[in-house]
Amino acid sequence: MAKTNEETKFLDEEDKIENRSVPNTKLRYLEHRGNRNNMWRIFNFVLLAAGSLLILSPLWWMFATSLKTMAEVMSYPPSFFPESWEWTNYIRAWNAAPFTTYTINTITITTFVVIGSVMANSFIAYGFAKIPFRGKSIWFAIVLSTMMIPGFVTLIPQYILFSNLGWVNTYYPLIVPHFFGSAFYIFLLRQFYMTIPTELIEAAKMEGASHFYIWWKIGLPLTKPALATVVIFSFNGAWNDFLGPLLYLNDENLYTLQLGLAVFKGQLSTQWNYLMAGSLLVLLPVILLFFFFQKYFIQGINLSSGGK
Amino acid sequence: MGKRKLTMRRKESIYGYIFILPFIVGFFAFTAGPLLFSLAGSFTDYNITSQMNFTGVENYQSLITEDGLFRTSLWNTIYYVAFSVPLTTIGAIFISSLLNQQVPGIRYFRTLYYLPAVLSGVGVYLLWMQLLEPGTGMVNLVLGWVGIDGPNWLYDPDWTKPSLILMKLWSVGGSMLLYLASMQGVSKNLYEAAEIDGASRLRQFFHITIPMITPVIFFDVVTSTIGGFQIFQEAYIMSGNGEGGPANSLLFYNLYMWNQAFENFNMGYAMAMSWILFVIVFVLTIINLKLAPRWVHYEGEEK
Repeated sequence: MAKTNEETKFLDEEDKIENRSVPNTKLRYLEHRGNRNNMWRIFNFVLLAAGSLLILSPLWWMFATSLKTMAEVMSYPPSFFPESWEWTNYIRAWNAAPFTTYTINTITITTFVVIGSVMANSFIAYGFAKIPFRGKSIWFAIVLSTMMIPGFVTLIPQYILFSNLGWVNTYYPLIVPHFFGSAFYIFLLRQFYMTIPTELIEAAKMEGASHFYIWWKIGLPLTKPALATVVIFSFNGAWNDFLGPLLYLNDENLYTLQLGLAVFKGQLSTQWNYLMAGSLLVLLPVILLFFFFQKYFIQGINLSSGGK
Repeated sequence: MGKRKLTMRRKESIYGYIFILPFIVGFFAFTAGPLLFSLAGSFTDYNITSQMNFTGVENYQSLITEDGLFRTSLWNTIYYVAFSVPLTTIGAIFISSLLNQQVPGIRYFRTLYYLPAVLSGVGVYLLWMQLLEPGTGMVNLVLGWVGIDGPNWLYDPDWTKPSLILMKLWSVGGSMLLYLASMQGVSKNLYEAAEIDGASRLRQFFHITIPMITPVIFFDVVTSTIGGFQIFQEAYIMSGNGEGGPANSLLFYNLYMWNQAFENFNMGYAMAMSWILFVIVFVLTIINLKLAPRWVHYEGEEK
């Protein structure tokens, strides 16, 4: 019986069993089970395919709307396919607001946030994972408990602190806190460090290496996959942060893309073609990042649950 | 035990604290310090510029007894959490159980279903505002195909919160991955034994899969409850820059707190609000932890 590749994969397990000599009744049962399983698989596939359409349709709609003329955006009923593809919408949207400035600002902030997150969290996590010291478990419990504190409880006093430091309307409040570690990344990197054999560090210590040296020369390189996750998550977080810039930045020259988009919405109200073009451009780096580094996104999620 | 060993241990301890020092400094500067400040500030009429007088429990008193908007915002938030947490949990479990099967193209399906979870920020909120436009949006267009006359979504006070929940459902991918990972960890033997016994797929799902993934359900429920109470950005953007939407139906707790703190500069009042929220979240987490042993199933070494 000729089978397609996919089918063989499905039936692999059954085949293995069937090839051995098994009592007749069991064989018949397994055949029946095989059919039933295939039915389920088809049902499953259909559901998943339908679901994918639901998941993708908003993104397609965004793209389609961004290419429509204003008249078409307003026409009823709306359509899934633009009549004429107005690529110039993108240029017009980009030029309608200082998006170039916003982009440079966002990249500046994001770069510092990513550097801070990687260095600080890796450093701290190494301490928690690889150095025995008294009070470690208490401090680690404190790390974890900070995850339970609603951000708004510290937001107002932090604002007061930063405004007393004269940091309002600067990037410091958006960047500096990231150089002091955050619970989620510390936890994630510590989990990863735990998988590195202690003997490796012991051996380096025997050679007379200090913990700084070991962290820099062994710790950082060996935890690269986990650090990639930190890079991606912190990039995503900084790129999409709206609350921080909204609170701390008043000068339009300092605005980030997220703030810029919000202002843009205020100006254009229902000119959805330009709004969608702008939104899509802002989301594009994240989408690209996702497709190229999907593995690290998924790893981050799995590590954070304490799983494999 | 020689003297050398003692000093070694001591040296290690010093190293340990040097390594976690950034966290300790950050903890006092950005978490513990601010927490204490806001607790103290919540008993004052602090307004950032001129005054900081001790007013006792006045803030708390007027919040609980007088402030109608406080009650509205608390109600809105509880409504949102009460629907979004169970719906996104069930949605994520359902999708991950579909994605846990071997069907052609499963890798692509997994990628696709996860994609919306990584998209966030103003761009996504603007997208949903357009999708939910009653006349020119996609949602009502599609509902129209199946003969449903779609509601006015973000313009109708009864439908604003469901609008946000719908948007959240679109991006359940993050917790979906958690469930998927834990479903893949369930031993195949369990299913095979059940199948020999003639248990249907549905029975297997409810009697094997669900109990085995309860630790992750627990984790998801706790974190998404905490997260749900803090909803802010989407409400801020989708209600027209923090105005609270039609009939204040999108005035969530944090949004009201934001307006009190940074629009009206009633900092003391807002800090009292933040502590009430803290207590609510804390109590709910404790309740969750206490209820956990009744339904969360931990297997052997997996703690």
